[in-house]
Amino acid sequence: MFAGNGWGRTMEVALLIAIGGFVGGTLRHAIAGVVAAPGGTLVANVLGCLALGFLTYEAELAGTLSEETGYVLSTGFLSSFTTYSTFALETMQSAPLLGAGNVVANYGLGAIAVLLGRSAAMTVTEG
Amino acid sequence: MVDPSLLVGLGAAVGALLRHGTGSVVAARLGDRDLPYGTFTVNVVGSFVLGLVAFAGASTSVQFLVGTGACGAYTTFSSFSVETVRLWEAGRRLRAGWYAAVNLVGALAALGLARIVVGVV
Repeated sequence: MFAGNGWGRTMEVALLIAIGGFVGGTLRHAIAGVVAAPGGTLVANVLGCLALGFLTYEAELAGTLSEETGYVLSTGFLSSFTTYSTFALETMQSAPLLGAGNVVANYGLGAIAVLLGRSAAMTVTEG
Repeated sequence: MVDPSLLVGLGAAVGALLRHGTGSVVAARLGDRDLPYGTFTVNVVGSFVLGLVAFAGASTSVQFLVGTGACGAYTTFSSFSVETVRLWEAGRRLRAGWYAAVNLVGALAALGLARIVVGVV
């Protein structure tokens, strides 16, 4: 991914990912301050799945968004906004039934959100 | 203490870069032929480090910077979900189920290992 475009391009990509990552992490933290654990992580994960689902299928169907947009939004922002480690830790620290429910909620709603994002991308690209 | 949001943001910027770097290295070594190994790797490694920070009782600043920020951003749920749905769509349903399961088992086992390591050290 870094090959062939030179040092300047590498730094540009790194900056785009870092900026997206900074905003994504900060926003996830802000949601966690409003919605109690493990709900905050669930909200961030489901919203992030919805948006990444849209971007992934839009890229495949139409590809109107630039490579730079992908670095900022997908690799940087959305992948940092959503989290697996905090989800796993909160699952572990929950009572068994709540922990199982947390897994079902994140996995189930996350997959549904990806499919909704795909539908939105199909609607948009079919115009 | 430094503003928690700033600590989380800075940690997340570093975590995102490390995730991108890890993905590049793993893709170069293993490729994505069978499973999305890059996401699996960051999710398990990131969970282990988060476990170390959480169970060791690190200071609040470190929890924000390394735990919520870096580990939170290094690991990802959105890429994981998209990859799982795509495996399913491609007709590789057993593999999709397997991928979803090993991410969870791997992350929980990494947290368990971190707790043991913290207890021993």
